[in-house]
Amino acid sequence: MTGFFAGKVALVTGAGSGIGRAAALAFAAAGALVAAADIALGAAEETAALITEAGGTCLAVYADSSLNDDVAAMVARTVTALGRLDIAFNNAGISGGRPGQDDFDEDRYDRVMAINAKGVWLGMKHQIPEMLRGGGGAIVNMASIAGLTGVGALSYTASKHAVIGMTKAAAVRYAGENIRINAICPGAVDTPMLARATAGAAPPPAGTTGPLAAPADIAAAVLFLSSGDARFITGHPLVVDGGILAG
Amino acid sequence: MFSLAGRVAVVTGGNRGIGLAIAEGLAKAGAAIVIAARDHAAGRQAAASLGADAAFIETDVTNPDSCHAMVRGAEDRFGRLDILVNNAGIMRAGRAEATALADWQAVLDINLTGAFLCAQAAYPAMRRQKAGKIINISSLAAIFGTAVGAAYASSKGGMVQLTRSLAVSWGSDNIQVNAILPGYIESDLTRRAEAERPGAFDAKRARTPACRIGQPQDIAGAAIFLASDASSFITGASLTVDGGYAIQL
Repeated sequence: MTGFFAGKVALVTGAGSGIGRAAALAFAAAGALVAAADIALGAAEETAALITEAGGTCLAVYADSSLNDDVAAMVARTVTALGRLDIAFNNAGISGGRPGQDDFDEDRYDRVMAINAKGVWLGMKHQIPEMLRGGGGAIVNMASIAGLTGVGALSYTASKHAVIGMTKAAAVRYAGENIRINAICPGAVDTPMLARATAGAAPPPAGTTGPLAAPADIAAAVLFLSSGDARFITGHPLVVDGGILAG
Repeated sequence: MFSLAGRVAVVTGGNRGIGLAIAEGLAKAGAAIVIAARDHAAGRQAAASLGADAAFIETDVTNPDSCHAMVRGAEDRFGRLDILVNNAGIMRAGRAEATALADWQAVLDINLTGAFLCAQAAYPAMRRQKAGKIINISSLAAIFGTAVGAAYASSKGGMVQLTRSLAVSWGSDNIQVNAILPGYIESDLTRRAEAERPGAFDAKRARTPACRIGQPQDIAGAAIFLASDASSFITGASLTVDGGYAIQL
């Protein structure tokens, strides 16, 4: 699919690792100019280096997704450096910790909601005006099957339900102005975040979590939702979970 | 964007409307196509329009023998079967209290039982290959009730549950089974309904956030994605392709 996104500018948050890095690499491989944002600038720079080595174009950007000024600056730098904004993948997120033990940790609740939910809201707040200026665009917000069920720590589950809700509301609002806004709902994905969240924990009983997706599996779905192939899809939470929710 | 080179796809009801648009999309992505349908003339014409790597096989999806013969025919012609799109469907409008049993049965037979029978017929080939993709074309009528289409809505809701059940049953065979729920699409089926009862197009357009009615080609992209390796971790899912219709009042 080389060249499919030629001339398009894609912004990916949380692009320093895991799903975000995989999506940034996939967008670049498909011809997009990529802005890779992360709170860990060094990690974003590694992603950018991987893309540049492969012959692509990537700008590494520092941003704390929970801070309005950071997100505004992230979008402004993307547009200044790469010319426009066609696609945004609001992916940055953190774990809610251990279900049961961390459910009512107030600091963690505030942090999880600030990054996972408000971060997506801030992203859309600053991305949509640029897309309106450019005549349209596509946004994909990172949710989870925790946004559709009661699994996970309370803060995480709440944040992901929030992402799906604001995705739908924003999709209704901007569908008439040629901006499509969808969410992606992975099950368990083989990422550093999952490894940290489950470190030291007993392995779950077989069959309760389903198989592990690779970050590239999720990235492929993000590219689809960002593409013209999905031109009539908006406000949809796309489940990419290996069939966990089906059964 | 996603390649289907070397793959073989069956599209039931692929001779017109959404089915033909899906067949064209899959062919453009590189797949060989079998149009499985009842209508001889339209089926042949559709296959001819797709080029050399396409064939028409006359199929009655309500008849298990016909479904098995169709799968054999696809394997004979192209050597394998990778993708099954269960698209064949009918709609008979009418209020529930006035629906004849024969009409109820015809809708359920073609839309739901037909999808089941084709999947059943395709399964041995997909299991042998340790890979397969089944895409069921359901409808927003799987989510919303309709005052003049209880049978249609029931059949489409049934397709979503068939999708989940097959996904769970055949996941270990590396067969992914997903549903597409198109919104209101301008097709032969809806154009005929519009001619009989004008107004639906305007009403649907007004209620759709994207401010337009869908075209058959809008569904093709989703089918290509769900037919490709890019969706190998997606199964049992229902993908709405509706311009946002399902998420507003």
